[in-house]
Parts: sequence; C-alpha cells; structure tokens
Amino acid sequence: MMIDRQARKLLFETVAQRVIAGADELTDLDRAIGDGDHGTNMRRGFEAVLATVDELSARNLGECLKGVGTTLVMRVGGASGPLYGTLFLALGKSLGDEVTREQAADAFAAAIEAVKARGKSDVGQKTMLDVLFPVLEVLREGGAGLPLRLKAAARAAAEKTIPMRAIRGRASFLGERSIGHMDPGARSSALIVDAVADVMEGFA
Amino acid sequence: MSENVGIVIVSHSADVARGTALMVEQMVGREVPLGWCGGDPGGGLGTSVEAIMKAIEQAWSERGVAILVDLGGAETNSEMAIEMLPEERRGRVVVCNAPVVEGAVMAATEAASGATLEAVRRTAEELTPV
Repeated sequence: MMIDRQARKLLFETVAQRVIAGADELTDLDRAIGDGDHGTNMRRGFEAVLATVDELSARNLGECLKGVGTTLVMRVGGASGPLYGTLFLALGKSLGDEVTREQAADAFAAAIEAVKARGKSDVGQKTMLDVLFPVLEVLREGGAGLPLRLKAAARAAAEKTIPMRAIRGRASFLGERSIGHMDPGARSSALIVDAVADVMEGFA
Repeated sequence: MSENVGIVIVSHSADVARGTALMVEQMVGREVPLGWCGGDPGGGLGTSVEAIMKAIEQAWSERGVAILVDLGGAETNSEMAIEMLPEERRGRVVVCNAPVVEGAVMAATEAASGATLEAVRRTAEELTPV
C-alpha cells in the first residue's frame, strides 16, 4: 500500500477529527476513574495536529508520524502526551511511504514495546495497551476484511477493560473501585484504530 | 555556572511548584540552581514537556540536575523531557522517586553541600518508604 501525501493528510485529519469528536466521552470516562482531563488533553493535542496537517503531510510518512508524535508530546500534557507521542514517534522510526501489512505489524509491535517502556506497564493493567495489543494480533493475521476486523477487535478490547482492575496510572489509586469503568486510554486508542481502519477501507 | 547539582520541581499545579521552590530558596538559599514548572500546555492542571525542558535549562549545572515530581503524568512527562534533551545532557538528569516538597528540600540541601547527582538523588529517595 502506497501512502502518498493526500492519503497522509486524510489519515491524520481523520484520526484528529475522531479524537476531537470523542473528547467529551473520554473526559466522562476519565472523570469516573482518573482526573477527568483525558478528553481535554487529547483534544488540545489533536487540534494542534489538525492545525499543522498540511505541513505535516508534506513530509514522508516516517517524518510525518514523528511530527505527530512530537506535537502530541508537546501539546497534550498529562501522561497520555508522552504515551501517544511515543507510539507515533516509534511508528515514524520504522515506516516509509510504501507500507506492507507485515511492515506495519512489525512497526506497530515495536511501537507497543516503546509505549510499554514509557508507561512501565503491560497488557492486562487496564490501559491503552489492552487495546493496542489485540489490534496488533489481528493485524499480524491479516486476511479478508482486515479494516472491519481491526475495528471490531479494538472495540471489543476496550469493552474488556471494564471489568479490569487498574494497576498503572491515576486509576490505580482507586484499586477495586476502578472495576466497572472502561479505561479512557483504551477508549481513545480504539477511536484512533477506528479512524485508521476507516481510512484503510477507503484505500483498499 | 554553579558547581552544585541543580534541582527542578515539576507539579501539576504551578502554585505547588512555585511554593515548593520558595520553600527551597528560603531553607537552602540560592546557591543551588533551581527551576520549576506546573500546569499543562493549556494553562490547566497538568504538566508540559516543553515547560519541563525549560525548567531543566534554567536549573542546568554541569554536575547534573535532579527532578522532583508529584503525580504520574509529571513523572512520565519528565522522562520524556529528558529523552528530548541534547544527547550530552541526557545522562546527567534524573527523576527522583520522592515526595515533591520534602524531596525538593532534602535534595537541595544535599546539593548545596556540593554532593554528586547520585548522592542528591539518594538523599531525596530516603524519604520514600521501601
């Protein structure tokens, strides 16, 4: 799959718009088990991405992803800035404009490792990793109807964080009381996967 | 350029960071380079990588800089800020696992005696229950 300038613009615009549209929901989720700023923070970061999307998408995909990562690091604030920033920075390190599914899966796997290291966290701790990892597995499998299956995996994985108990992040202060709420980071990751998959569908 | 290790205070609240810096100055004096920041890039409660990088610059000492943080995001953002520093500075900045107010005062006291970065960090971290 060739991801040219127009495709890059559409991709990052769509991702940014979806996160911005979901900001209130993210804040509501975060109010339940965190400090209620996830939506506001993500909105600020992705508004900055949207404002520079023309300039960003003029660069090749790797540099474009790194630009998005740096913007998120600098603008989001909260722990989600460095976490999402690291995800995009790491993707940018290993992707070129021409991307095969295998390359995308390898890059995504490396990016997930970078997020784990940044957050000192792992799968099963009620975080964004609980969405990213199942999505990686589907991406690795490949096969027919991939975008739809990626979306379904992300959605189901975010739902699965509801009964989990938080071990990392602010929600961990709540211990048992974090059970029964969807993790806001898992939800924002699902929003991003959803946007990417929708754009992929258009490409395919 | 100071011969003492610098101290940076990072809080979600600018008021907490500024207040802590004032306490450090009053108790330890000004011979320790000091930087502080608080608040997210939009001016609300939170932390900002850009602001942390500026605070590190402000407190910069060739002997290194010890950062004291309050809650989770402050730590993650501080680690991110360290990684974005020029390579020759990266290895000379540490985040201390200690309570922000007490840690800053203890770290600055140790730093004022001319201690190494590692000793400053250790002193601050003695406050953390094992």
